[in-house]
Amino acid sequence: MCTVCGCGEGETRIEGTAHVHADGTVHSHAYEHGHAHKHHHHEHGVGGDLDFGAGPARAHVPGMSQSRMVQIEQDILAKNDAYAAENRRYFDERGIFALNLVSGPGAGKTTLLVRTIELLKDKVAISVVEGDQQTSNDAERIRATGVPALQINTGKGCHLDGHMVGHALERLQPADESLFLIENVGNLVCPAAFDLGEHHKVAILSVTEGEDKPLKYPDMFRAAEVMLLNKCDLLPYLDFDADLAEANARRVNPDLTILRVSASSGDGLSAWVSWIESGLEAQRGKRSATVDALKARIAELERQLAGK
Amino acid sequence: MHEMSLAEGILQLVEETARREQAQCVKTVVLEIGQLASVEVSALEFCFAAVAAGGPASAARLAIVEVPGAGVCQECGCRMAMETLFGVCPDCGSHRLETTAGTEMRVREIEIESGQVE
Repeated sequence: MCTVCGCGEGETRIEGTAHVHADGTVHSHAYEHGHAHKHHHHEHGVGGDLDFGAGPARAHVPGMSQSRMVQIEQDILAKNDAYAAENRRYFDERGIFALNLVSGPGAGKTTLLVRTIELLKDKVAISVVEGDQQTSNDAERIRATGVPALQINTGKGCHLDGHMVGHALERLQPADESLFLIENVGNLVCPAAFDLGEHHKVAILSVTEGEDKPLKYPDMFRAAEVMLLNKCDLLPYLDFDADLAEANARRVNPDLTILRVSASSGDGLSAWVSWIESGLEAQRGKRSATVDALKARIAELERQLAGK
Repeated sequence: MHEMSLAEGILQLVEETARREQAQCVKTVVLEIGQLASVEVSALEFCFAAVAAGGPASAARLAIVEVPGAGVCQECGCRMAMETLFGVCPDCGSHRLETTAGTEMRVREIEIESGQVE
């Protein structure tokens, strides 16, 4: 673990960053430590009293070691959640709509992203974060569409975390009122627990998998707001019961929005694009409401000053 | 699920506290892990031993308090024990269940040994 900022153990590499400290040392991990985004290095109060007579030795003898309990009472993922909250604030202040795309490997996330970008890039600015253990293949596929993409290689890590995405925001500098897409590491387990600051998780299940995946990996399908059932153009050739898959997903998450799509044929993508557009609209609305409220507040303060 | 990251998160909280309390070593780490949190305890113990090696918590024992899963039906308000993240309301048959306990992953407290007490 990096003792400077508490970055996880590591092998995480963010594309194009050299990681050299002021004293010239180079860390084994390669986060960019510009740290323009503020890290939360919380100091939390600890409730444990300093009672040196309460240890097993029942004595207050200088030099004698004593054992005692110190309360911590903190969520294990509290640090990640703080980074995620900061990312979410960043998105909200700028009216950016952020999605975290999650699925098992091979469900078609990258193809889906490429098609989504092609359909939306003339209407809205888009930037993309690609998470994979190794290679920058996916980011290259996204960049071929003409939108900026940043690859994060997690090395041994099985998921992206809020801290990595914070660094990615520094690098990508997404435009105000834009769409920010995060393709998580292909893994239906771990990314469920790690909030990145996105507005919604979008789970992708493909019809070449099993109908019972939502039951086998309930954490992810519960955490998602939308499920895209992908590769539906293959349904005629497969023994896959799409209704059963949807019913299983709804057993785990009754409020899940489910869309049947095919990234390669384009079927169903218009509903998906409309869903994104309404999310963008809501973020813009929220931002302009905030801006209007601030303007009103400034006008009010100016009136008060003028009256004095 | 991601026991390595959890172990690192635990160690961070433990070492920060140990440093602040000027502990010589950490003997026990008491964790609250919910039954529905998808944490594999033996994997967590293995990972924690690996990441804690060489530090003040290298010999620490993990004491795990398992919090049973519980939920409430969003339709009829029935409260129930939950052994999995999803289920069926025993009263009205709805799947719309909200978990009220069992997803915790917390560091509750640590037992430390202080050296050279004045």
